Amino acid sequence: MQISNIELIPGHRIVRHLGMVQGNTVRAKHVGKDILAGFKNIFGGELKAYTELLTEAREEAVQRMIAQAQHLGANAVVNVRFSTSSVTAGAAELFAYGTAVELVEESQA
Amino acid sequence: MIDIAIIATLTLLGYLFGRAAERRHFASILRREEQLKELLVFNERHLPPGDWQQGPLVGGNVVISLDYFKRVVSTLKSLFGGRLTAYESLLERARREALLRMKAQAHTLGAQMVVNVRLETASISKGKGDQIGSVEVYAYGTALIR
Repeated sequence: MQISNIELIPGHRIVRHLGMVQGNTVRAKHVGKDILAGFKNIFGGELKAYTELLTEAREEAVQRMIAQAQHLGANAVVNVRFSTSSVTAGAAELFAYGTAVELVEESQA
Repeated sequence: MIDIAIIATLTLLGYLFGRAAERRHFASILRREEQLKELLVFNERHLPPGDWQQGPLVGGNVVISLDYFKRVVSTLKSLFGGRLTAYESLLERARREALLRMKAQAHTLGAQMVVNVRLETASISKGKGDQIGSVEVYAYGTALIR
């Protein structure tokens, strides 16, 4: 499965569009990590625990999007966009969406 | 009285540590930007001419928090309006750091450039009175590999 945020994949040609696919996840902060982050709020600087948390969450959103694309029989997702929103206090939603397509290699096309 | 002492201590700690951390961070950003300057980043979506073999998605994110001193200062400043320089530098640090992480990932993949770069900003934790304590910036784009 190839993923790209432009509308094509280099060296490949799109033969079929299969529609939009999406994946999301809502993550809450861990209490322990939140306390540590509270200390960081005094000194400033990077909140590594949150950076990791959001990286993982985004990864999961992408995996869900990929699962949906595979279900449609796609072998790539193009034009992928990410979006983040805070739904309630202490939780964030990460959302990934794109267009599922079927690709063939340029040489075969 | 004790409350005031606590706030004053926190503000002082925030000022001392926060300023040192910010200076260190900017020095590190400048150093790494210099290292990765060969790798070009574009925010347009068209591929430059060339025989590109692969175009994987690359991204980098960072969550950065304001220190206590800056938070107090910006609270006071927002009473009068105008520029909140504390937040300006926070967001600048976050954006440049996220871009650098994205570039570092592209570099390890052996990419020549990154196109269609998008930057996304979100406020992660909101403190009392919906005050933004920390921001997340995510930078992503398509790495082009020959």
